[in-house]
Amino acid sequence: MTARIGVVTFPGTLDDRDTQRAVRLAGAEAVPLWHRDKDLKQVDAVVLPGGFSYGDYLRAGAISRFSPLMETVIDQAKAGLPVLGICNGFQVLTESHLLPGAMLRNNHLHFICRDQKLRVESDRTAWTADYTAGQEISIPLKNIDGRYVADERTLDMLEAEGRVAFRYLARGEAADGYGNPNGSLRDIAGITNEAGNVVGLMPHPEHAVEPGIGTGRTDGLGFFTSILKKLVNV
Amino acid sequence: MLHSSGERPPYPRNLDTVKHATETPDVEQPWSELGLKQDEYERIREILGRRPTGAELAMYSVMWSEHCSYKSSKVHLKQFGEKAPENDAMLVGIGENAGVVDVGQGYAVTFKVESHNHPSYIEPYQGAATGVGGIVRDILAMGARPVAVMDPLRFGAADHPDTKRVLPGVVAGIGGYGNCLGLPNIGGEVVFDDCYQGNPLVNALCVGVMKHEDIHLAKASGTGNKVILYGARTGGDGIGGVSVLASETFESTGPAKRPAVQVGDPFQEKLLIECTLEIFKENLVAGIQDLGGAGLSCATSELASAGSGGMRVELDTVPLRDATLSPEEILMSESQERMCAIVEPDKVDRFLEICEKWDVIATVIGEVTEGDRLEIFWHGEQIVDVPPRSVAHEGPTYHRPYERPSWQDALQADDANKLPRPASGAELKEQVLKLVASPNQASKSWITDQYDRFVQGNTVLAQPEDSGMIRIDADTNLGVAVATDGNGRYAKLDPYAGAQLALAEAYRNVATTGAKPLAVSDCLNFGSPEDPAVMWQFAEATRGLADACQTLGTPVTGGNVSLYNQTGETAIHPTPVVAVLGVIDDVTRRTPVAFKEEGQLLYLLGDTKEEFGGSAWSQVIHGHLGGLPPAVDLERERLLAEILISASRDGMIDAAHDLSDGGLIQAVVESCLRGGTGARLVVPDGLDAFTFLFSESAGRAVVAVPRSEELRFTDMCGARGLPVTRIGVVDGAESDSNAVVDVQGEFVLSLAELRTAHEETIPALLV
Amino acid sequence: MARVVVDVMLKPEILDPQGQAVQRALPRLGFEGISDVRQGKRFELEVDGPLDEAALARIHEMAETFLANTVIEDFVVKVEEAEAVKVES
Repeated sequence: MTARIGVVTFPGTLDDRDTQRAVRLAGAEAVPLWHRDKDLKQVDAVVLPGGFSYGDYLRAGAISRFSPLMETVIDQAKAGLPVLGICNGFQVLTESHLLPGAMLRNNHLHFICRDQKLRVESDRTAWTADYTAGQEISIPLKNIDGRYVADERTLDMLEAEGRVAFRYLARGEAADGYGNPNGSLRDIAGITNEAGNVVGLMPHPEHAVEPGIGTGRTDGLGFFTSILKKLVNV
Repeated sequence: MLHSSGERPPYPRNLDTVKHATETPDVEQPWSELGLKQDEYERIREILGRRPTGAELAMYSVMWSEHCSYKSSKVHLKQFGEKAPENDAMLVGIGENAGVVDVGQGYAVTFKVESHNHPSYIEPYQGAATGVGGIVRDILAMGARPVAVMDPLRFGAADHPDTKRVLPGVVAGIGGYGNCLGLPNIGGEVVFDDCYQGNPLVNALCVGVMKHEDIHLAKASGTGNKVILYGARTGGDGIGGVSVLASETFESTGPAKRPAVQVGDPFQEKLLIECTLEIFKENLVAGIQDLGGAGLSCATSELASAGSGGMRVELDTVPLRDATLSPEEILMSESQERMCAIVEPDKVDRFLEICEKWDVIATVIGEVTEGDRLEIFWHGEQIVDVPPRSVAHEGPTYHRPYERPSWQDALQADDANKLPRPASGAELKEQVLKLVASPNQASKSWITDQYDRFVQGNTVLAQPEDSGMIRIDADTNLGVAVATDGNGRYAKLDPYAGAQLALAEAYRNVATTGAKPLAVSDCLNFGSPEDPAVMWQFAEATRGLADACQTLGTPVTGGNVSLYNQTGETAIHPTPVVAVLGVIDDVTRRTPVAFKEEGQLLYLLGDTKEEFGGSAWSQVIHGHLGGLPPAVDLERERLLAEILISASRDGMIDAAHDLSDGGLIQAVVESCLRGGTGARLVVPDGLDAFTFLFSESAGRAVVAVPRSEELRFTDMCGARGLPVTRIGVVDGAESDSNAVVDVQGEFVLSLAELRTAHEETIPALLV
Repeated sequence: MARVVVDVMLKPEILDPQGQAVQRALPRLGFEGISDVRQGKRFELEVDGPLDEAALARIHEMAETFLANTVIEDFVVKVEEAEAVKVES
């Protein structure tokens, strides 16, 4: 039996079907989860996919955070359930206070869609074990509220505890996907909780899993193979 | 009259019922203010055998408007049907919300391009956003899941202050709405020209995919079936003209102010899409129609008109955002994000359950009746009793006078081929740089990077590729490609040829990526039909397009006409925008534009002649528009397409780029920049460097051929009679900082210099 | 120094999707009895120099041409007392 990975659909979620495909391509079973259910259907891990849940109205992720399903996800995440939040999912995680900080409007105020270069800073999370720390990957970024902010104390803590999971590669030509695309503090693209089971990032690994589709790269597949190996080895 | 302030009666007190209308035949009615002509009003009275009620008058006035009835254009548009080529792929033709094409493996694809020009000038963000919303609902109503959008856009001069107002708003609106729906934006155009100052063209295209058995049509059949309105509540959006009626029927308290601008709610639309697809999946609807222009008037009359029975609607059951709306206004309201479905009684509960699941408001507002009348009631009193066909499908037809304008000869005689040409390599180089940096030829990535092109995980190609391409089956790799093109400058010089050139370019763009062109949708943007010169342009363009579609075997499946794009006496250039849809059996065989492999050979396909009329060169270097556009050779286009498709399928070429505005050098520079390589070019025998680089002769493409495939490829071209000329080689990589575009004996330009020129123009103008 | 507040709201007849989404979420969170929510923007302007009629007229013009899109939005200009500012913060 392979691992069961839940993919949540909130009203306005966009990347749920893409994420399910990525989960299947990695060899796991994708289990659709609905925001109104409290039941997680015995999944071994949960992905909160990207999109504009509730239209990003009020604040991105602010309304979804109060869904019945999230109440369960929050409880179980604290107990160790692996959770990955991508883009809007990351915003839901910060609104839920499972991860510190918040996402604000990009510093240039525009939606930005591009192939983005990142450095994997931590390979010790449940979702990054198939990468090596310091590895550079390129996956699509697409958002308007992607500027990560937190107070200095929190940022220092994240750095000290090795919880900055991904950083934008700031140096290089913008045309090649380099640069901090939105003014995120300390070039932070994604972070993890202390235990390493909850990870959130703005770029989209699920859109870089098949050759010839999207950017044509498969740099994002490692997120899904990482969690699968971890779950199967347990 | 003892109403306390702010309190209003629940509905207009002077309700103009059918009974009342019969009893008061001589009441003066504001038909003129509603845009009806005297004879049209008389005809309505004749159809009904009495004067219309206020609600009926409102319905007829809006459904018989130019926008809804195509009364000026339909005598010309019918050629698209009359000259439609035999095409087995057509499943649903003109007349439905959108045409449907068979693409094999049991899949059907629907696509359509539409305009939202005027609203986008008034309020760029919301105008463009609701334009996307409208076309997406059209596609959804056919039974399809929307899978991609594209936006052909035209603005005034790039450096005009109003362009700075309109363009960023339009782009943000398209992104804000489309991104939130989760639809990849995979193509389109951005064109600048003084002629669009004050009349920007914001066209929107959507593509949808379904299985053959899922096709749905807009018709109401089956007596006793329920009419369900679902989606957003109805507000006073977009009812401008009808307020004339409202002000007559309301007491002194007056209605609340009616907004001139419709605000889109993409979140609501996303729910509507998912909810509707789930409803389709469970086979719960017998007919469906989206609510767009003319709102409920249009949806109810079209559904009833296309079906076999009549329809009865209880208008007071419509959920309202604004309780002060009069029945006439509810019928007219263009509130966004609404749909209307015909549902069998035993399926209603399940239908409503799915709507509840998605937080979508749904209300049974009526039912299909025996007989052939559309009857609408307001709190039990009848306010509409009409034959629906007379509203929806039997509106007036105008045979507007048209005449070739007196200035056309002088315009064509002002030959662009006589303009002064660059005399040296240095001058050529300077003009190349100027051209690739000009707003129309420059990179549009600042704009397209504000659109999500990756969502849904099926995007194979997106801008700046020649066409957008989407995988529609992940197991078989079946895909579709779409390109939109239009060149108002060509069409101004010769509307007949201009429309054909637009089709030829879109057709070529689809073939360049390896897909087989199948079908056409068009958005015909013109000035006022009341000007005989504009009407001549329209007649010529439609004739040209219909003839060319017949020759190329690609039928027009649907589209849209936008007239009155003019300020005072000055009309925009006639701008037929043509979208071509093609199919590709295996998307992994697609051909991109990028030159990536050093050492690959560059071949020019087709004939290059001295053709500069309407060219980018004549515009950028001389500010000139005159002469004749490039000659059209549709047989050549077809041959070129066949070669490009074969070469893609058999792996003979690694890159291809169609040649159009800006000519060969523009295409080569774009392909080099996309691939991060340089190129060395040799001017072929029999051509001068200037013509070689800048001519805009149609029916051409440049391809990159691996050396191992050279013989096979050139033999194929030779055997099938397509001129093929070796013009150079891919050479030098940007990553090694040694990439240049070298036109031997003329000039050398570094890729870095070209990149700066090409990519910095648009941000500098707009940021 | 004086503080001038400009409140910008969508006109009452214009659809406010954001406000609607918030309003629909309220009952789920146990906040009953709110029949409508409309979301707007608040600008706080710190004005140098005296806040005379001319200055207010300029601010009004600024609000009309720049802060608000009067095609779809209304605005209100309010002068805040210095004390009130302190209390608020």
